[in-house]
Amino acid sequence: MSELLQFLFSGLTVGAVYALVALGFTIIYNASDVVNFAQGEFVMLGGMITWFAHAQGLPLPLAALIAIAVTALLGVAMNKLMIEPARGAPVVSLIIITIGASIFIQGGTQLIFGKEIHSFPAFSGDEPLRIGGATILPQSLWVIAGALVVYVALWLFFTRTLLGRAVLATANNRLAAQLVGINTSFVMTLSFALSAAIGALGGMLAAPITLTAYNVGIGFALKGFAGAMLGGMGSPKGALTGGFLIGLIEALTAGYVSSQYKDAAAFVVILLVLFFMPQGLFGRKSTDRV
Amino acid sequence: MLTVEGLRSRYGRIEVLHGIDLQVQSGEIVTVVGANGAGKTTLLRCLSGVQPVTGGTITFRGEPLVSVPAYKRLRLGLAQSPEGRQIFTSLTVEENLRLGAFLFSDERVDRDMEDAFQMFPILKQKRNLAAGGLSGGQQQMLAMARALMGRPTCLLLDEPSMGLAPIIVSQIFDVVKNLKALSVTVLLVEQNAFGALKIADRGYVMETGRIIMAGAADELIADPRIREAYLGI
Ligand SMILES: Nc1ncnc2c1ncn2[C@@H]1O[C@H](COP(=O)(O)OP(=O)(O)OP(=O)(O)O)[C@@H](O)[C@H]1O
Ligand SMILES: [Mg+2]
Repeated sequence: MSELLQFLFSGLTVGAVYALVALGFTIIYNASDVVNFAQGEFVMLGGMITWFAHAQGLPLPLAALIAIAVTALLGVAMNKLMIEPARGAPVVSLIIITIGASIFIQGGTQLIFGKEIHSFPAFSGDEPLRIGGATILPQSLWVIAGALVVYVALWLFFTRTLLGRAVLATANNRLAAQLVGINTSFVMTLSFALSAAIGALGGMLAAPITLTAYNVGIGFALKGFAGAMLGGMGSPKGALTGGFLIGLIEALTAGYVSSQYKDAAAFVVILLVLFFMPQGLFGRKSTDRV
Repeated sequence: MLTVEGLRSRYGRIEVLHGIDLQVQSGEIVTVVGANGAGKTTLLRCLSGVQPVTGGTITFRGEPLVSVPAYKRLRLGLAQSPEGRQIFTSLTVEENLRLGAFLFSDERVDRDMEDAFQMFPILKQKRNLAAGGLSGGQQQMLAMARALMGRPTCLLLDEPSMGLAPIIVSQIFDVVKNLKALSVTVLLVEQNAFGALKIADRGYVMETGRIIMAGAADELIADPRIREAYLGI
């Protein structure tokens, strides 16, 4: 019993990171129908830049803020330099551009920060908390809280603010969005900044547990993508649920089957969703009649 | 209010507007009629800024418009209800209307929405449904109502009657006629020349990217050449 609980705790911890990645996917997808495969690199940068700034002697909270801000700026630069010039190209081309951006960011990070694995201190110490015979790290609670807070903030943004609805409108019909006065290129910039900041937040929160290195992004991207697909691309609720489910499936597979198969679990989920449930759990049904 | 001089536009290398001149005075309903492919939609897209202009000028209330980006033109008072309605299909009817007033967040937004519901009561019934599920006529009403939520002084209407049953068409033309009372100037583009000329003050006839005739609407309706070519009488 305490064994199961232990697996659940570790599933919730990684699941929270995947949920943050999936939420990042959701924003850019909602604004542009593009699945941004560089999302994992934003996560990696969140961890790496925090480590670097902290290693230079900055206090951890400041280092974290810098990491989030720099990553958000990189997201904006990626949109301005790579996505915007290709506007009007088919979505598939844009997705391939994001894969290129991912490889570029990874290479650049390796050049600047090297290949070593890094970490920095957990925010509230390393003393595990005992709950029902299992243990959980305080940092895990930080990660889980981070995912929940970001989810609630995004939910409020998309459903309660005019700007949030303008993002949805831009995705749905860019021409009409311009005609009602929405600056659609600003909406895209905003989406990339938000996505990148959320990715960096996840990477920064997770790094004390998962450690970080220039090449951790791709794994996060794939798991987060699996979560977003499972929950239904475009739905914040789906991203949150899907991310946590992928984490739990992974932890249970590692615990009860073999940790060799834990990465395969996410891919099996992607395939099953594509075959049997392409809308995902909470995906929007297409209501277009025409 | 709106002056277009020598307007040219092209898709790729093919020019489809070969120098359009037209004027709309404040308070008028002006229509541009013409057959399929004449370039009417392209003209309106140029006026809204979503189509590149390759020559000529557009002046709206004294301001040159050609270099103003599309999203800023509604701020100047120029709205469009585009061809094909282009509503936000995944959002609700009410959200569509609210986005029509994207530029505003004062108390008048609610009043304008009530006015829109009064103009098109069916939209009020469906206010919480996804707009993509509306019928063609309802989508057209929503597109017009959304454009009016932007508080335009001049409304560009692209084929509001397209594909609709005659009873809906006459309902929509009635609404257009009544826009005068709301002091909204109208530039209406139509293949349905008879219906459009009946409610308009003046009309232009467009053929393959050129204006070939202009005049008071009742004179155009009476003109034998127009009657033969466009009214099928
Ligand atoms: N996206 C496009 N790319 C290339 N050519 C186009 C495009 N859209 C329109 N055209 C061409 O431009 C010309 C004018 O088209 P436009 O849509 O402006 O005509 P219209 O008068 O609005 O016609 P309709 O009454 O059918 O709406 C036509 O010859 C059309 O084939
Ligand atoms: Mg047309």
